[in-house]
Amino acid sequence: MAAHLKKRVYEEFTKVVQQQHEDLSAKKLRLTKPSKSAALHVDLCKATSPADALQYLLQFARKPVEVESVEGVVRILLEHYYKVENDASVRLKIASLLGLLSKTAGFSPDCIMDDAINTLQNEKSHQVLAQLLDTLLVIGTKLTENPSVRMRLVEVACKHLTDSSHGVRNKCLQLIGCLGPVEKGVAKEVESQAAKDVQKIIGDHFNDQDPRVRTAAIKAMLQLHERGLKLQQAIYGQACKLLADDYEQVRSAAVQLIWVLSQLYPESIVPIPSSNEEIRLVDDAFGKICHMVSDGSWVVRVQAAKLLGSMQQVSSHFLEQTLDKKLMSDLRRKRTAHERAKELYSSGEFSSGRKWGDDAPKEEIDTGAVNLIESGACGAFVHGLEDEMYEVRIAAVEALCMLAQSSPSFAEKCLDFLVDMFNDEIEEVRLQSIHTMRKISNNITLREDQLDTVLAVLEDSSRDIREALHELLCCTNVSTKEGIHLALVELLKNLTKYPTDRESIWKCLKFLGSRHPTLVLPLVPELLSTHPFFDTPEPDMDDPAYIAVLVLIFNAAKSCPTMPALFSDHTFRHYAYLRDSLSHLVPPLRLPGRKLVSSPVSPSITPHEDPSQQFLHQSLERVYNLQHLDPQGIQELLEFTIRDLQRLGELQSELAGMADFTATYLQCQLLLIKALQEKLWNVAAPLYLKQNALASAAAKQILEETYKMEFMYSGVENRQVVIIHHMRLQAKALQLIVTARTTRGVEPLFGMCEKFLQEVDSFQRCFISELPHMQGSFVDKLLDLMPRLVTSKPSEVVKILQTTLRQSTFLHLPLPERLYRASANIIEPTGESDNPLRFTSGLVVALDVDATLEHVQDPQGTVKVQVLYPDGQAQLIHPKPADFRNPGPGRHRLITQVYLSHTAWTEPCQIEVRLLLAYNSNRSKATAKIPKSTWSESIEALPQSENGIEGTIPFSKPVKVYIMPKPARR
Amino acid sequence: MPEIKVTPLGAGQDVGRSCILVSIAGKNVMLDCGMHMGYNDDRRFPDFSYITQNGRLTDFLDCVIISHFHLDHCGALPYFSEMVGYDGPIYMTHPTKAICPILLEDYRKITVDKKGETNFFTSQMIKDCMKKVVAVHLHQTVQVDEELEIKAYYAGHVLGAAMFQIKVGCESVVYTGDYNMTPDRHLGAAWIDKCRPDLLITESTYATTIRDSKRCRERDFLKKVHETVERGGKVLIPVFALGRAQELCILLETFWERMNLKAPIYFSTGLTEKANHYYKLFITWTNQKIRKTFVQRNMFEFKHIKAFDRAFADNPGPMVVFATPGMLHAGQSLQIFRKWAGNEKNMVIMPGYCVQGTVGHKILSGQRKLEMEGRQILEVKMQVEYMSFSAHADAKGIMQLIRQAEPRNVLLVHGEAKKMEFLKQKIEQEFHVNCYMPANGETTTIFTNPSIPVDISLGLLKRETAIGLLPDVKKPKLMHGTLIMKDNSFRLVSPEQALKELGLAEHQLRFTCRVHIQDPRKEHETVLRVYNHLKGVLKDYSVQHLPDGSITVESILIQATAHSEDQGTKVLLVSWTYQDEELGSYLTSLLKKGLPQGTS
Repeated sequence: MAAHLKKRVYEEFTKVVQQQHEDLSAKKLRLTKPSKSAALHVDLCKATSPADALQYLLQFARKPVEVESVEGVVRILLEHYYKVENDASVRLKIASLLGLLSKTAGFSPDCIMDDAINTLQNEKSHQVLAQLLDTLLVIGTKLTENPSVRMRLVEVACKHLTDSSHGVRNKCLQLIGCLGPVEKGVAKEVESQAAKDVQKIIGDHFNDQDPRVRTAAIKAMLQLHERGLKLQQAIYGQACKLLADDYEQVRSAAVQLIWVLSQLYPESIVPIPSSNEEIRLVDDAFGKICHMVSDGSWVVRVQAAKLLGSMQQVSSHFLEQTLDKKLMSDLRRKRTAHERAKELYSSGEFSSGRKWGDDAPKEEIDTGAVNLIESGACGAFVHGLEDEMYEVRIAAVEALCMLAQSSPSFAEKCLDFLVDMFNDEIEEVRLQSIHTMRKISNNITLREDQLDTVLAVLEDSSRDIREALHELLCCTNVSTKEGIHLALVELLKNLTKYPTDRESIWKCLKFLGSRHPTLVLPLVPELLSTHPFFDTPEPDMDDPAYIAVLVLIFNAAKSCPTMPALFSDHTFRHYAYLRDSLSHLVPPLRLPGRKLVSSPVSPSITPHEDPSQQFLHQSLERVYNLQHLDPQGIQELLEFTIRDLQRLGELQSELAGMADFTATYLQCQLLLIKALQEKLWNVAAPLYLKQNALASAAAKQILEETYKMEFMYSGVENRQVVIIHHMRLQAKALQLIVTARTTRGVEPLFGMCEKFLQEVDSFQRCFISELPHMQGSFVDKLLDLMPRLVTSKPSEVVKILQTTLRQSTFLHLPLPERLYRASANIIEPTGESDNPLRFTSGLVVALDVDATLEHVQDPQGTVKVQVLYPDGQAQLIHPKPADFRNPGPGRHRLITQVYLSHTAWTEPCQIEVRLLLAYNSNRSKATAKIPKSTWSESIEALPQSENGIEGTIPFSKPVKVYIMPKPARR
Repeated sequence: MPEIKVTPLGAGQDVGRSCILVSIAGKNVMLDCGMHMGYNDDRRFPDFSYITQNGRLTDFLDCVIISHFHLDHCGALPYFSEMVGYDGPIYMTHPTKAICPILLEDYRKITVDKKGETNFFTSQMIKDCMKKVVAVHLHQTVQVDEELEIKAYYAGHVLGAAMFQIKVGCESVVYTGDYNMTPDRHLGAAWIDKCRPDLLITESTYATTIRDSKRCRERDFLKKVHETVERGGKVLIPVFALGRAQELCILLETFWERMNLKAPIYFSTGLTEKANHYYKLFITWTNQKIRKTFVQRNMFEFKHIKAFDRAFADNPGPMVVFATPGMLHAGQSLQIFRKWAGNEKNMVIMPGYCVQGTVGHKILSGQRKLEMEGRQILEVKMQVEYMSFSAHADAKGIMQLIRQAEPRNVLLVHGEAKKMEFLKQKIEQEFHVNCYMPANGETTTIFTNPSIPVDISLGLLKRETAIGLLPDVKKPKLMHGTLIMKDNSFRLVSPEQALKELGLAEHQLRFTCRVHIQDPRKEHETVLRVYNHLKGVLKDYSVQHLPDGSITVESILIQATAHSEDQGTKVLLVSWTYQDEELGSYLTSLLKKGLPQGTS
């Protein structure tokens, strides 16, 4: 085999030499494909000095090598390596090239493994050795299925572990970590030296003299763990010693290792040194990692704080210690501010003015009992949350969140600390702690004093913070009616200070009301300012604050039937008004003696037999079954069904996506049928220009609609995509036919036909698995006729298409489980302002845009802002990725600034701002499933994207903004 | 045995007048040169006559190091350098060098101009003194002379505060100055690497205190200020000009920014404004947040905090005023206090400790009626709050620093004796290191066990490591070589090279030993028996029977001759060089046991 290959290489070589005689230009050389290895050989032979050779190699490395010629290139490199090279840097480059080449997709590097191992034997330079081992690692990772190869490589690595250079040892350990035998059984079968316990070999290097090697050893161990080897518990002791290492990267890796072990053996028992006691390993490890939270290096601190969060098996008393910090002052026990606050609260004298010496220390402490450096978990989080670096603080908050989610009692305890974090100096930390609090809100009830602190943050000038806090309040449990009152008062204060928060505050109060009906009940008279004897003036219905109060009350009243009795007359009127205008905030109420409220859907009907869903399916069935009606009947039925579906979507918000989707599909079908009914098909073309316009318009609209169907809905599966693409194909066929009938001459048709056939072909390639479901469809028939189509003339093709299009059946559109239509709502600018935004022409003005997006996948990539000027000029703006926030699943928020500019106008005028959803037919769901091409193929893949149609779908209502560019003053 | 001697001239079991003498490996270093707040006589400065009665201090001290700009750490500096006389280098960090003269000048003004003292240092002396200062950067190793080197570490506490490592050869001392292990709003936490000094001299102000989280304190402070301002009241915060004042400013400034508050904040002018300027300049010495955001906006360029004018105190509406001095005993803060004390809507927040006898102390202890000068009675209706913002490490912090640095000995200064006692006991118990707490003037001697570096030639090292097993990590390894001590340097070289260098001829040393064996047989038969025996026992060695009738084991020669008197006794002559001593003595003892019977 090898001989044969060599021969081939030399054949290539000779060929190139001939070419060189003919034409000496280097360009020609590169053009001939298989000459790569030979060219390299020539270059290397030409090289007079090592520096030259290095240059050639560097140049060579920049170009990709085809799979076929990899082996030849490798041979040449190796030959050069053996024979010529005395310079270490060139050998190093060759070694690295070997690694690079063996990565080439489709190349199996087992043939060069022996050579690579052989080169190792005679190599003296440590750097080259390390590089060669790296190459072996690449080879090994490509041949993981072959245990004997792996064994051999591990053996080689073990042999070089005694090398004096850290680099070599590093690589050896890495190699062992990546390739070491994981399954016990295999290790026994292959009775070789390398079958020795890899763990022991690696473990021996835990106290290597070089910190880099120590780190590599721990990393190798972790690698083994990741590959599924069960690490031995004996390592634990060694790992614990490494925690006290001088080097931060070692400590950082050791913390990870300890964590891994604690997850593997949580329940085993380890002794506590210097005492007879024993504790569970996970507790011990927890204590040790906690200790690392006050390490000298912040990298280690972050690592430790992060890992703490995932140690859920730890015993509760250990966990609670992390929040414990015994205070003392002059050797007397002092209570923490948290404890004092709690006491004040429980003794009932909340918010007393504090006196000097209130925190005076009381009890004496036994000096012997104070342990200043606890070996355990004491105060780890207290330290972590107070850390200098915000990275550590964030990690600590995250860990706190994870632990609190799994332990309600811990959640209760960590509350004070989380609340404290609301005042952190870095906004990110504040935000993170608010989110954390929201996540654990099921487990906690806020005390009044805590609520007080939480609410104080409502005045924060950052909108993100305020909104996060509103979200938090939505799902918070409050314990007393004073708490509710406090929250309401603060929210109203927030509302007056930041009127833009209106929606968010209303929503917050909605949940607050519905969660605490009994607490709201006693507050109602006060809130509505009703009086038992006197009529009070009717409040202003447009006052956002009043609306806020009503939202709270009405939502509480939903589950508290006695509440409406407390309402005064105007309250009922206002209810009716709000129920209509803000129906998403005000629930239906059953009010005594009022007909105003109609809630036909009684909650007793369970959703699984939802009649509206049934209706949807029934109407679809009807359409699909009645295929053989006369064309007129079909059209009518489709029209009715579309109307029904659209109405259904308006009524049932949860079915809106589904209904709209199907309606759009039926609409497409309807258009298609209508277009095919046209008389133009029977008459000579030039006479029917008008109808022809109708048909081509229909084709165009169908195309547009299919893009909408494909890209505007989330939850669309492959089954639907096929149908959509099929519809699109039909539309294109229609387009082709129309063009064929209206244009004279055949030349333009050639191109179109070819393109269409290509599309059919690509359709077949993409959806080959779905084709069996499409019996009798347009494409099915088309594919049957494919051989004929390819060979026939355009006019014939058109004829065939026309008949198939007419004969093809109507495809059934299966519905996915859930389907949501992407939608956007621009909150700001509101478009109500009469004051034009004035700015000097030629300069820019920033317009704040705030919008909510729902069910948009990957908004960072797809959502664009469009500005339309009165002169028809349109501007497309790509918002920054950071402008998108993700407040909940399926929801996004776009808060960005749009820069406007224009030349001077005489009058203020309105511009339109709207959001667009950009799509690229290439990035469609179908093609995304094709695996990503590797680097060598990526070049070929590039031009393909040019075929993809890029477009945009407007998906929000346009908002008008009044602007006035003034002429610049001289 | 080498030793390090430490003598505190001030701050030994005491707070104030920090001044510690350290002599390490023949070098004398003075750490800090402070004054005592509590005294107005000679005791306010350290007793420099301890160093030398007559003659220049320069001859006795190699350098002076100042840890930070507080007067109890640098107040005596002009007196020491200009009046007592010292011309050597003085080391401090850049911010300290910048701010120190302002404070010294202020101190001088109060003492000379206000109290009318004479025989005090002058402005010129301060200037001259500052000329002797060498500024250092963080983590910069400064070579004072060929042997002595110092290095500064970040200490928190105040702007520019540093810990210093003093190193001579392998011996080192770390002096912490004052430091803070918890970061605050404008400074980060102290940090030191694992430098394992022989001695760590640490402050111990809060030796018996473990403090609550700073967040509670901050939150309380902000809440109080916010509530009062919302009520329309005025808030007075008496502060010392530097340090805490900046922290509180940042705290309020960010809070105002966050909460969009409009009430004005004022800062009494003078000293502070100048100091704020330096805070703006030395951004690298501040905490993470300020360092990261200063590109957009320097946090010390306050938006909401404006300079105070005396007339503002009578303005209606809410306001917050920072005013000096901190203990309400005189000056602007007292004036404002008198104006505002009558209104219960107002509030005064004392952010620090107040000395007995000051107005601050009186109101903190709950006195509501104060007698002012001129027999006026001032009724205090305003709320009085106490808020402790201290920038010293607490007991836990001190322990944490010790853990980080891993010293071999610890010495406590800058604290009260009783409290030190407790901490000392804890340190000894938990770290198993010696801990000392000398009083002023008391000398502590610490014996060190420095490792002595020896140069070894690469050839020898490679040769020696090649012999025997793998280099076992962290275990001592035996090596053969010749130690040459020459010109204050140590070198380990191979014996041959040593001979060559010293021009000596090589002498061979041989040990010879006779062993008598009872064997009636002929000589060559005995030799054969011995040969077979040895061959059987010493399997790992090359045992050879030479044609001249002698046996060699490695390089050891064995010859047998018949005893001149008794033919039945054979005499075995064993001879070896001193390098083979081990094998040679083993062989003799083996042969002395005699030959086994019936081996022939």
